[in-house]
Amino acid sequence: MNFETTIGLEVHIEMKTNSKAFSPAPVQYGSDPNTNTNVVDWAFPGVLPTVNKRALEFGMRAALALNCEITRDIHFDRKNYFYPDNPKAYQITQSQTPIGRHGWLEIEVDGQKKKIGIEEMHVEEDAGKNTHSSDGYSYVDLNRQGTPLIEIVSKPDISSADEAYAYLVRLRQIIQFTGISDVKMEEGSMRADVNVSVRPIGSDKLGTKTEMKNLNSFEHVRKGSHYESKRQQRVLMAGDEIRQETRRFDEATGETILMRVKEGASDYRYFPEPDLPPIHISDDWVQEVKKSIPEMPDKRRKRYVEDWGLPEYDANVLTQTKEMSDFFEETVAQGADPKLAGNWLMGDVNAYLNAKQIGLLDTKLTPEHLATMIKLIQNATISSKIAKKVFKEIITNGSEPKAWVEKKGLVQLSDPAVLQPIIDDVLQNNEKSIEDYKNGKDRAIGFLVGQIMKQTRGKANPKVVNKLLIASLKQL
Amino acid sequence: MAISEGKVAHVAGLAKLAFSEEKLQKFTGQMDEIINMVQQLSDVDTDGVEVTTHVTDSINTMREDNAVKGTARELLMKNVPEHQDGFIKVPAIIDENEEA
Repeated sequence: MNFETTIGLEVHIEMKTNSKAFSPAPVQYGSDPNTNTNVVDWAFPGVLPTVNKRALEFGMRAALALNCEITRDIHFDRKNYFYPDNPKAYQITQSQTPIGRHGWLEIEVDGQKKKIGIEEMHVEEDAGKNTHSSDGYSYVDLNRQGTPLIEIVSKPDISSADEAYAYLVRLRQIIQFTGISDVKMEEGSMRADVNVSVRPIGSDKLGTKTEMKNLNSFEHVRKGSHYESKRQQRVLMAGDEIRQETRRFDEATGETILMRVKEGASDYRYFPEPDLPPIHISDDWVQEVKKSIPEMPDKRRKRYVEDWGLPEYDANVLTQTKEMSDFFEETVAQGADPKLAGNWLMGDVNAYLNAKQIGLLDTKLTPEHLATMIKLIQNATISSKIAKKVFKEIITNGSEPKAWVEKKGLVQLSDPAVLQPIIDDVLQNNEKSIEDYKNGKDRAIGFLVGQIMKQTRGKANPKVVNKLLIASLKQL
Repeated sequence: MAISEGKVAHVAGLAKLAFSEEKLQKFTGQMDEIINMVQQLSDVDTDGVEVTTHVTDSINTMREDNAVKGTARELLMKNVPEHQDGFIKVPAIIDENEEA
């Protein structure tokens, strides 16, 4: 029997507000434990939450960027549960009136484009963090308690582990461009719950699903859903049934392990949060938020291809992060040729960032300097070989390229009057190569150019050298 | 009966409560009466009536996103039975759901 896999993803993203969703305590990663909390986060008796307007606006931004309809009349709900990471014993969330519904995003896997639907997305609060120790205690830090989250629930439109991976990459990209979150997996600001089910091909009823919670790596989502799909197929083939349960992805083995049989949704006893009055979102407000959304990667990509003549591939690479895309556009605005600017960013700049394991904004490189350097190459002031040196200097030390090139005497030699004597000298000392050339070995030219470059410490203009060299050889 | 003893025990469990057999019987009877009373509401025709989630007229009460320094940790910890290195110390919670 052949099966098809259905995957649904619930992604939690921490939003980059100054203060918490329902209290004015600061939102900050990496602070001393329990220093960014107040009496509201601790649920002291008599305290009242208030909605952070920006948290709601960030939620709207994400919803609009993901093509959702904005729910105009919303309220918050309580989701009740007992756990020390949340002293209120309930999470404030949106159950009945999620801020956004019926959205979609587009993914591409193996050259195939596919729209993945978004069921709904809602604004809620994060819980604190428990650290379990072997001494019989757990240690609770409530700094994260109340941090605004957006939860994005996909439709069960994802049909493979690779599509799940592509969905997450795309989602992270879009959210990053909206500016509402840093979406750093390593800091836990993006986490995914993964629902997997399988059914015989052609069956119109979805199979029983299992859930993996809190995966904080795209790769784990890919491996976990792949494993889970295969496991479920084995279970069904053996004539057994899939139970609705929560499973854990084990990094070490790449397998999923049973954690517990899932609680029913009714166990959370949702009800409207009486402490927060309902909110009406007007047309004006939606328009205002719409205007605050930076241009999305899709539109940028299109612009790069249509207006600047970039290949589709380049446009895609350059819009992977907002950092890169903004940097690229600024470099072009500073007068650099878009194709050349793109090549430098995708090539040398990316290689540098990968080697150092840092981000673009952690370097000393500025769009202005990069543009200046590209112009120096284009007007033949420096050779592309020297450019590598200049590049290293401007990205490492932040020197102004033009001034540095002049100071270091790296200006390219293009004057035949200067180059000819050097060429003559090299020819005199390499009679063997001249012989080779005459015998039809073109490689000899490469060798001679190399020698000339060596003599000029890489400063000779290769085009001029080639021209002069061939003319000289022909005269011999 | 509108509610079973099993259901009451289940809800009690969710609230981390446990009752004796005798109490469970008593509470189940009481909850049954409450549910029956509230059930009268389902006789009312509510077609076309919007769901009431709040009983005040207040709407769109929000605050600007300005952070205010957290409450001093020593003050908050005054109500904490056990704490260590700035953490609240609680009996181990076994839920593999949490990363260690």
